[in-house]
Amino acid sequence: MKRYIVKRLGFMVITLFIIVTLTFFLMQLLPGTPFTNPEKLSDSQLQILNAKYGLDQPAAIQYFRYIGNLLQGDLGYSFQYEGRTVKSMIIDRVGPSAFIGLQALIFGTIIGLVLGIVSALKHNTILDYGAVTLAVLGMSIPSFVFAALLQYYIGVKLEWLPVALWESYESTLLPSIALSVTVIATVARFIRSEMLEVLGQDYVTTARSKGLGEAAVIIKHVVRNALIPVVTMLGPLAVSIMTGTLVIEKIFSVPGLGEQFTLSILVLDYSVIMGITLFYSALFIFVVFLVDIIYGFLDPRIEYKEGGQV
Amino acid sequence: MKNKKWFGLLFFAMFALLLAGCNFNSSEKSDDGTKKSGDEKDGEVAQVLNLSAPADVPTLDSTKAHDAIAFNVLNNVNEGLYRQDESNKSVPALAEKHEMNDDKTVHTFTIRDTTWSNGDPVTAADFEYAWKRVMKENGAYNYMIATAGVKNAEAIMNGEMDAEELGIKATGDNTLEVTLESPNPLFKTLLSFATFLPQNQKFVEEMGDQYALEAENILANGPFKLVSWTQEQGWEMEKNEDYWDTDNVKLEKVNVFVVKDPSSGANLYETGKIDRVKLTSALVDQYKDDKEFENVKDSGIVFLRFNHNNPVLKNVNVRKAINMAIDRNGLTDVILKDGSTPLYGVVAESFYFSPDDKDYRELNGDFNKGTPEEAQEYWEKALAELGQKEVEVSINIADSDEMKKVAEYLQAQLEDNLPGFKLEIKAVPFAQRLEIEKAVEYDLSLSTWGPDYSDPMTYLDMWVKGSSANRMDYHNPKLDALVVAARGETDLEKRYEMLLDIEKILLEEDAAVAPLYQRGSAVLLNEKVKGLVIHPSGADMSYKWAYIEE
Repeated sequence: MKRYIVKRLGFMVITLFIIVTLTFFLMQLLPGTPFTNPEKLSDSQLQILNAKYGLDQPAAIQYFRYIGNLLQGDLGYSFQYEGRTVKSMIIDRVGPSAFIGLQALIFGTIIGLVLGIVSALKHNTILDYGAVTLAVLGMSIPSFVFAALLQYYIGVKLEWLPVALWESYESTLLPSIALSVTVIATVARFIRSEMLEVLGQDYVTTARSKGLGEAAVIIKHVVRNALIPVVTMLGPLAVSIMTGTLVIEKIFSVPGLGEQFTLSILVLDYSVIMGITLFYSALFIFVVFLVDIIYGFLDPRIEYKEGGQV
Repeated sequence: MKNKKWFGLLFFAMFALLLAGCNFNSSEKSDDGTKKSGDEKDGEVAQVLNLSAPADVPTLDSTKAHDAIAFNVLNNVNEGLYRQDESNKSVPALAEKHEMNDDKTVHTFTIRDTTWSNGDPVTAADFEYAWKRVMKENGAYNYMIATAGVKNAEAIMNGEMDAEELGIKATGDNTLEVTLESPNPLFKTLLSFATFLPQNQKFVEEMGDQYALEAENILANGPFKLVSWTQEQGWEMEKNEDYWDTDNVKLEKVNVFVVKDPSSGANLYETGKIDRVKLTSALVDQYKDDKEFENVKDSGIVFLRFNHNNPVLKNVNVRKAINMAIDRNGLTDVILKDGSTPLYGVVAESFYFSPDDKDYRELNGDFNKGTPEEAQEYWEKALAELGQKEVEVSINIADSDEMKKVAEYLQAQLEDNLPGFKLEIKAVPFAQRLEIEKAVEYDLSLSTWGPDYSDPMTYLDMWVKGSSANRMDYHNPKLDALVVAARGETDLEKRYEMLLDIEKILLEEDAAVAPLYQRGSAVLLNEKVKGLVIHPSGADMSYKWAYIEE
């Protein structure tokens, strides 16, 4: 197990290195300069600025310089937000993004579980059809459409929750709900089919024949076993939430990282693009790794062998 | 079982920690922050203005600031020698007296007795320090100091001289002497720009690389002071009681929220959270009959550049035909619907006035405004001169929604109205459009321009040969000579005549570009808000004269 983890960590570092390298050189292909007001910059001014930031050097030299700084934990300064370090920008903005993301995951999983369980137990009834229809809608309506509807009806018409801005805990609810729609739909559909499968298993029949109450059978045997595969879904779901936040944050004026990422690409803020790409990739790789490990704990049939093969 | 409890606890703790790291905007906690404008407090109307900004402030260091959002904050919390007044004229502010020598090259300012928000007096040395710092730090707008004609600025920009040699000197605590290369009628106008603001050397050096990154790390000397600033969320200003003209400032508080999505902005307006919002064309239809709806002119212009090396576009009749074949009204009223207005000149309307207060546009009128029939006359003449029956050119555009819509409209108009004309649209990212333009490797280019200062010259001197903003190899020696003459002309009447003539050469004689429209904003403004001043360049708003009506 230990060897497996060490090996995985090694691969993670290599993957990150490849991502950094690719992003760096792809970024060089983008036209334009990271400097503000490019419409007004004259060529001689541009040369002076390029020299000041070392952008007049060949790409290879810039690359090694970047990697050198990176190894010392230095992500550089933003071009757009002059004077701010990329590190401080990420630290300031990651909190709100993480919070609404995590909250969406929790809302989504709980509601999804309830919907999935109910529709499996009431298989082929109105309730089941209703839940399935909801799930299909949730999968097919993009979260930003849902966000706009929530904002208008809950925020403007009913005035139950804040329309946008980031002022108190209530401000986090609408963005989280908008983000959780995909999670609800995915979890509900998944749990429903898993439950239906488990319900037909021999050990469920055995449990029932032992005289166990229906509630105990469902909770102890059916739901628990149906839950295991759901864990595998959490990885991809976390990723879909991360990408979902890009739009949701903009709609609800959440001071998060996602919106900053899109903006930095548009204005070609080299150091910020690199910093946030690195951060997102590291997070993604780590989540996948975590899910693999948790899965091993939950399902004893999975063994991490010496060779590192799963 | 024990393990599970542990997990639960850990999870809960993590969640709580994250919530703590969320940095909710503190304005909610104070009573004032949530006040809607016009809410009554002890029988009196609360003088609170709530606004939104489309992005955070990149930097509040006046020597490096480069965007309208930062200029807005600086304009309202700081003050320089001059300030833009309600009619966009540059008027003395911190300068109590402004004298000059006979040839108008040495300007002596007497500075008002005022203080920074930390109690230090604002001195002449603060100006000297700040202006030299702009040159030293290569601030984004250092060329404004060169445009103002301050001695040696040009040479310092080109790295030929040291920043210390800039023509500015504090000759006493309250007297400042600025030396110009030659007389410059624009000097006064430029002085209200943020780049010319003073800075307190002691404070700036004490803050080091943290200067102007937080609300506490900047000093105010203007109508308002910045009391809070939360990254990506917004900032709050309060009336500055120590400001010399504070008796004329009526607002107690201004809150600005960062709202990036225009339809969220409209929704916030609906709930009364903000008092003013800019609408996108998609929202205009929904609100255009609202009594709080208004169209506001912006100073930015959109126009077509012609490549003057192109064998076809070199022909002045081709350019006139293209100019006349485009129905601008259809473009602004049917296609854009965002407050833009038709434009038949290169200087924007309703911001620039002659010494006897006439609008530049009114004086010069419309150029190359014609009917499709007139366009066809020029077109036939041009085709005969070229010996061609068909012309095929391409247009270089940025790939934004707005530009694509405009290009498609142009394509339809030109191909319909000019028989044998074919237009190919080449959409590229904005930065690419600019590079193609700089290299003059296009036929037609859909361009934009915004003024740097409140004077028609900012739209006119870009067309001289070798200017970095010419970008179409246009050259008319007559125009070049007039620009040089106008730069040195201190008789304002004569100078204005010259400015009018420059546009006549550019458009009437040469039809060197095809102006299309002046940008505008469709705005919803709370009817209780009065006196909010919108400027054409630099900072786009002044809150100094604004108030909430009962």
